[in-house]
Amino acid sequence: MIKLIGVTKSFGNNHVLRGVDLTVDRGTSLVIIGGSGTGKSIAIKSVLGLVTPDAGKITVDGQDVTQTDRDAFLARFGMLFQGAALFDSLPVWQNVAFRLLRGSLKRPKDEARQIAIEKLRRVGLTPDVADRLPAELSGGMQKRVGLARAIAADPEIIFFDEPTTGLDPIMAGVINDLIREIVVEMGATAITITHDMTSVRAIADNVAMLHDGVIQWAGPVGDIDTSGDPFLDQFIHGRAIGPIEAVR
Amino acid sequence: MTLLAAIGRSFLGLIAAIGRIAIFAGQTIGHIVRGPFYLRELAVSFLNIGWLSLPVVGLTSLFTGAALALQIYAGSARFSAEAVVPQIVAIGMVRELGPVLVGLMIAARVTSSIAAEIATMKVTEQIDALVTLSTHPMKYLTVPRVLAATIVVPLLVAVGDIIGIFGGYAVATGTLGFNPAAYIRNTLDFLELKDVVSSLAKGAMFGFIAALMGCYYGMNSGRGAQGVGSATKGSVEAAAVLILGANFVLTGVFFSL
Repeated sequence: MIKLIGVTKSFGNNHVLRGVDLTVDRGTSLVIIGGSGTGKSIAIKSVLGLVTPDAGKITVDGQDVTQTDRDAFLARFGMLFQGAALFDSLPVWQNVAFRLLRGSLKRPKDEARQIAIEKLRRVGLTPDVADRLPAELSGGMQKRVGLARAIAADPEIIFFDEPTTGLDPIMAGVINDLIREIVVEMGATAITITHDMTSVRAIADNVAMLHDGVIQWAGPVGDIDTSGDPFLDQFIHGRAIGPIEAVR
Repeated sequence: MTLLAAIGRSFLGLIAAIGRIAIFAGQTIGHIVRGPFYLRELAVSFLNIGWLSLPVVGLTSLFTGAALALQIYAGSARFSAEAVVPQIVAIGMVRELGPVLVGLMIAARVTSSIAAEIATMKVTEQIDALVTLSTHPMKYLTVPRVLAATIVVPLLVAVGDIIGIFGGYAVATGTLGFNPAAYIRNTLDFLELKDVVSSLAKGAMFGFIAALMGCYYGMNSGRGAQGVGSATKGSVEAAAVLILGANFVLTGVFFSL
């Protein structure tokens, strides 16, 4: 279980998180929604220690994330970054198998390559992509390689930062199904950030809406249409008029 | 009062920057002596910093040595001391021009490239990705580059010294009428072990500074294309100034104290 308790984070005068309280149960899929620049990425980066909160506490399975063995802690996670964040100098398969080629999860090179190709196939990419450099791929393909890297070591917890942005609707559907499959089959815990309401309905067990630095609404995905929360209603229906200012 | 405050702020900013760079250097050295080591990245850094810098180092040294011979000949001819050309070219190249020019060429070619690469990695979240993949960015990015530069730049300086002396030799024997055998004998007789050691030591220090500045500015770059540009520009400026400052200090250590 992942728990954020009163997490705050500011950058100068920009108070991004003003006391976020959030719980994600083991083996469930939470989708965080909210306007651009509301701190969704900062929230998940805080869990991973990429951003240090100003105040508050974050625990994973009851253990404070600042008190854990860093390598063992990070070995439990996979993360898909917004722009894929592939390493330009490495071929695709080495990007996917990065964790399997070094450190505590190191495997023989041939085995790591086979796993990478299998993960690439899972995200809809053919084996001939394996030896290409990331710069030779389209944005959507890079995103899928990033997803393959996130799941390469079969992590217990996976974070997806806008997994379907830049993908065509068919591939977005494939990725949504894959995320759902990972949660169901692997029993992984997932936190996804997305603006795509189709993805929200396909991926989520639970939804949390982040607005103005706090969790504005949280609940099961089945309740989002009947929440009665004007902020959530405006967001999911994409209305320009409502309590959320269009000019931010 | 406003002027004084501005001067004070600038001074404090400078002191803080020196402190941050010193801490970064200390952390880098700390990681150099502790594993894990990424040998592939080290090998790639040797190739990029050493082998691929050879053409620019060679040409720079060749033309500088040749021009130096012409200048010394023209200057020494005023008091009929043309015979000192081999000795002064050798001393000038090995003690000063060789290491400084190679250092500055490395700052221009390698520091800028390291800063731009790492800054781009930071902007595109590749550094964050490294962390999530249980890989320490300093160990993976900084250590191989700094270690490779510290080892390989002295070798480049040695090559630059030799090519620079050869440039002087080619001009002196080809156009100024010097005897080839006498030129080489005079060069070798005049150089001391201390000259060579100081040249290589300067090379090691300049290599360390050049790579460290590239990594520091890259790791601390701002956002977007402007952040990458500022990091690249700042890294080259800082590396060049620090190399020239370190050259003065090392010259003092080797030849004045």
